[in-house]
Formats: sequence, structure tokens, C-alpha cells
Amino acid sequence: MIGLLKRDLTLAIRAGGGFGLSLAFFLIFTTLVPFGVGPQTQILAEIAPGILWLGALLACLLSLDRIFQLDWEDGTLDLVATSPVPLEGLAAMKALAHWITTGLPLVAAAPVLGLLLNLPGAAYPWLVASLALGTPALSAIGTFGAALTVGIKRGGLLLSLLVLPLYMPTLIFGALCVSRATEGQDAATPLVLVAGITAGSLALLPFAAAAALRVNLR
Amino acid sequence: MNLSVTDLACARGPAQILSGVTFSVAAGRALILRGPNGAGKTTLLRTLAGLTPPLAGRIEAEPESIAYAAHADGLKAALTVEENLAFWASVFGTRDPAPAIEAFHLAPLLQRRAGEMSAGQKRRLSLARLLVTGRPVWCLDEPTVSLDTENVARFAAAVKAHLARGGSAVIATHIDLGLPEAETLDITPFVAKRIAASDPFGDSFAEGAA
Amino acid sequence: MSSLWEYANPRKFMATSAFLLPWTAGIAALCLVTGLVWGFFFTPDDFRQGSTVKIIYVHVPAAIMAVNAWFMMLVTSIIWVIRRHHVSVLAAKAAAPVGVVFTVIALATGALWGQPMWGTWWEWDPRLTSFLILFLFYLGYMALWEAIENPDSAADLTSVLCLVGSVFAVISRYALLFWNQGLHQGATLSLDAEQNISNVYWYPLVITLAGFGFLFIALVLYRTRTEIRARRLKALIAQERMA
Repeated sequence: MIGLLKRDLTLAIRAGGGFGLSLAFFLIFTTLVPFGVGPQTQILAEIAPGILWLGALLACLLSLDRIFQLDWEDGTLDLVATSPVPLEGLAAMKALAHWITTGLPLVAAAPVLGLLLNLPGAAYPWLVASLALGTPALSAIGTFGAALTVGIKRGGLLLSLLVLPLYMPTLIFGALCVSRATEGQDAATPLVLVAGITAGSLALLPFAAAAALRVNLR
Repeated sequence: MNLSVTDLACARGPAQILSGVTFSVAAGRALILRGPNGAGKTTLLRTLAGLTPPLAGRIEAEPESIAYAAHADGLKAALTVEENLAFWASVFGTRDPAPAIEAFHLAPLLQRRAGEMSAGQKRRLSLARLLVTGRPVWCLDEPTVSLDTENVARFAAAVKAHLARGGSAVIATHIDLGLPEAETLDITPFVAKRIAASDPFGDSFAEGAA
Repeated sequence: MSSLWEYANPRKFMATSAFLLPWTAGIAALCLVTGLVWGFFFTPDDFRQGSTVKIIYVHVPAAIMAVNAWFMMLVTSIIWVIRRHHVSVLAAKAAAPVGVVFTVIALATGALWGQPMWGTWWEWDPRLTSFLILFLFYLGYMALWEAIENPDSAADLTSVLCLVGSVFAVISRYALLFWNQGLHQGATLSLDAEQNISNVYWYPLVITLAGFGFLFIALVLYRTRTEIRARRLKALIAQERMA
């Protein structure tokens, strides 16, 4: 199974678009926000937690349809399904690869983008912590959505429609954690809840994703 | 290593394609599947590989003994030949790719990326994967597509060597592979295209007055 | 030995539903007319909310049925996953558009009621927001059905989505409560609460509730029959093509 992960990471580096694209999207999205709401630092500081979380979430969404689509098109998915690797393991590895190529860079970039939006200083550790704990859930949920829609041509839009409502609790707790930190309130509770959603998603969704893959491979 | 199929019924989507398929392939033997386009060779092989659940009947083979090769090559264009093989070796539990490289004459291509190769070269790489899997029962779907005569011969030699090692093979093909000892099974008599019996909507139902 | 699972056979279902449909539709019409006329014209205005309170006779039953429709889809999807009864999953498919309409009715009447009461059409209150989320879940479920060609695959995938979606819907509900305390009034119909609505409003409401329930059953029966016929037609066309 480590072979799957290594291959996906190699492909992400070689084929381009893996590491860079979502990060660039995150940057552009955050840059556009002040043009929409005005340059007042007060307002920007207030909405920064939500904007940063929303940007990270949309950046994650952007690369979801590639998770299984390429393997499906070139026949690799059929062959992996007949190999000793269980599809549950494949789904988990795919989610992990997606997180390493998408979620992790977003976590690393978020503090810099926080500066752009004038995020108050106390919130930075919470921003990084909530994204680090929350983005794996986004990858796991997204992998499930990608497994559902892998057989559908141009399923990208449908994938967003299916996945975005599932992202809601993670977004709520994640953004709440950061915004509470900016106001000096208790941020630990939402952080724990984000971690809980991530733990639950990582534990259960690979099974749902594998079930969906099995149906799509029939 | 034995593959034995009894009274198998295969489906593609809601439609039943084949029924009553019965054959067995002993260790060291090969079976050539024949039949016109669309008869259901691919469906049968996908069922044997465990991708499509059978509608009825039994497939007896040792667990994890079947290696499947489809129409699609299953290669990553951005990876080199060596990396592609190494990937499959890791998926199937590390095995030495050297015999596979040897059998399909891939040594000069090792550092080439799959995306830069011709269709025939890709096919060789995808067939080499079979040796890497180390599995005894090969289920191959049109394995010689895009291969030139020289490489068809290489493939036939690889199959012979596999059989000599006690493996077996089920091969759907339209050309003569040069495997005189292989049995041939024409699947035309098994073709039974109809709505699957398990589909309750295939059966007519009276609706009453409403 | 007769068992519930017999109705999973399309033929049996068609026969039974043909009998049940006029009855459920009739009871639905009777209850709705009685309940709504009673509620709208023969109950006093509320001392605080005036006559706007009467929207309750549409709002509350629609909201309750919107949630129950999803619950029914969950149950029938699980039955499909476990026992593979086609009628079950087709009933889930049939219930989705009905559920979505109830959700929209609940949201729209809520907005109409909210405007005079709270001075706003929309408020990011947990209850209102949950219905908006429910609406999105319905949309995704229906879109997935539409997108997949093979009916059995579509049934499997939408069932998995329904299961996972239900878990996330429950989490979302609690997330929303955590997120914003809201202005929506508490449940007025719970049987154990001290402060329920008074009997004058209660009786017609129960009747409209029953009316919406039967309306839901009638619509789902009707739509399931249509889905079964559509599947039958598909099977016939496929048969024709293969012959």
C-alpha cells in the first residue's frame, strides 16, 4: 500500500498541478477577498478566519475529481482492484496522498495568507492547528465523493454538489475555532470537535469509498 | 493450479450476456476464448477476475490466484518503465521484475517514460506486469493488440514458459498465438442475451385496473 | 406464509399500491381540506402573532414530512443494501422529489412567517439552516440518481450516499446548534413539553399533519409506480435490442 502512496506522490510531482495548483488557487482566492469587501483592516481581520477556512476548503475541492479519474481512465483501477491491495486500503492511501499534496501545503501557506488578511496574532496557532486537524477530513470526504462519481463523465460539478454539504460540519468547527481564538474565547472545544470529525471520517469513509468503487467497477 | 468454472452466468449492467459457461483449465494448460465481437469475452474475463459478480454458477480457483490484463494498459504516462514495474511489484508484494524485463525485452526501454512509448511498447510493458504479479492463472483480454510479429512470438514464449512453470492461462484473442497445445473454447453457444432472471422487471407483470 | 417482503415483488407491489393509492389520496384530501379550513377560518388569532400564526398549518407539517421523507429514504436504502429489493430503492428514489418539495414549502412558509415576526425573510438560525442543508442533501441525492446510467449501480451508489449523508446530516445539526443559538421558537408539538400550543390550534394541526402524512404516502406510492413502470419499459427496450 505504501507503493500506492509513493506512486501518487511521484505522479503529483511529475505531472504538475498536484502541489502547486491548489496552493495557487488558495492564494488567488484570498487575494480577491479584499477587492470584494474593501481594504478596511478591521473588517478583514474579522472575516479572516472564515475566509481562510473557506479558501482551504475550495482549494481542496478543486483537485478531488483527479483522485480516481486518471486511474479509472487508464485502467489502473481495474488492475488494482484485482490485486492483493484491498480497495479500502486504496481509498485510504488516495485520501492520504490527496492530503499530502493538497491539504498539507494549504496548512503551511495559511499563516502567510493570514498576514494578508490581518488575522490577529493570537489566532495563528489555532489557524494552523485547526487546518492541520481538519483538512484530512476534507480529503477523506472528498475521496468518498470521488469514488461515488468516478464512473460519471464530467462528474466534477456533481462531485462538488455531493461533497460540499458533507464539508459543512468541518467548516463550521474549523472556522469557529479560529474566530473564537481571534476574540480570545475558548477555541479548544471546536478544535477537539474538528479532530473528532477527522477521526470519524478517516475511520469510516474509506469503507464507504471502497463500496462505491466496487459498484463502479462492476 | 486449477481454474474451474461451472454453469457460470455473466452480466454486463442489467443484461445477462452469457449463461451455462463451463470449462476448466488445469495447471500447465491454456484456454483460448473465441467468439465474435460483442459476444461477451470481456464480460467473462471480468467476471473471472472478480470485478463483476456472476449472476449464477461457480468459479473455483485459489484465492488471489488470478492475474487480469484488460484492454487498457493501466500504465502511468509520467512514470518510467522501471517505475511502472516497481509499482506493480510493490502492489503485488515485492517480486523481482528482472524476468519480466527479460521476457518482453524491456531492458533498453527501462528509463523511458511510458507516455513517450509506442502503443506496442506500452502493451509489452503491460504484459510484463503479469510476470511481476507472480500469480498462476492469467486471464488476458486481447493481449496481442498493437504487437508486431516478433513481439507476438515473445508473448507466446512467455505464455509457454508460464505454463511450463505450472501456471495456466485463459486468453481471449482473434489471432493465432502459436500455442498448438492450447485448447480452444468458442463462447458463441453460451451467448444468452436477455434481461437477467434476477431482475424482477424483466418478468412481465399484470397491473390490474389502475 | 405472507410476509412484508412480498411487497418487494414489483407485481405484488403494483397490485397492492393500485388498491391503496385512491384510499390514501382520498384520506389525504379529506384531512387537508378539513384541517386547513378549520385552521384558517375557525381558529382565533394569536394574541401576539395575529393571523400570521395560521401559516403553522402548512409550515409545521411540511417541515416534519421533509425530515421524515429523508428518514424513509434512509430506511428503504438500507433495505436495498441488505436485502436487494428493487421496489425498496425505487421508493427511496420516488420519495426524494416529494421530500424536496416539502423542504421548499417549509423554507418558503418559514420565510413568509419570519418576515412579520422577526422582521427578516431569512435568518441563519440553526433550524432554518438545517432545512437549507437538508435541501442540498436532497439535491445531491437526486442528481446522483440522474447521473448514473445503470439503474442497479445508481441504486447502490445513491444508497451509500444516503447512509453517509444521514450521518453527516446529524453531525451538521449539532454543528449548527453549536454555531449559532438561533431565534426559532422551540418545538411546540413535543408531547412532554410544558409549554405546548393550546388545544384550539392543536386539533386542526393534528389533522393537517395526518393529511400531509397521507399525501406523502400517496405521492410516494404514485411515483414508485411510475418508477417501476419506467424500469419495466427500460427492461423491455433492452430486451428488444438484444433479441
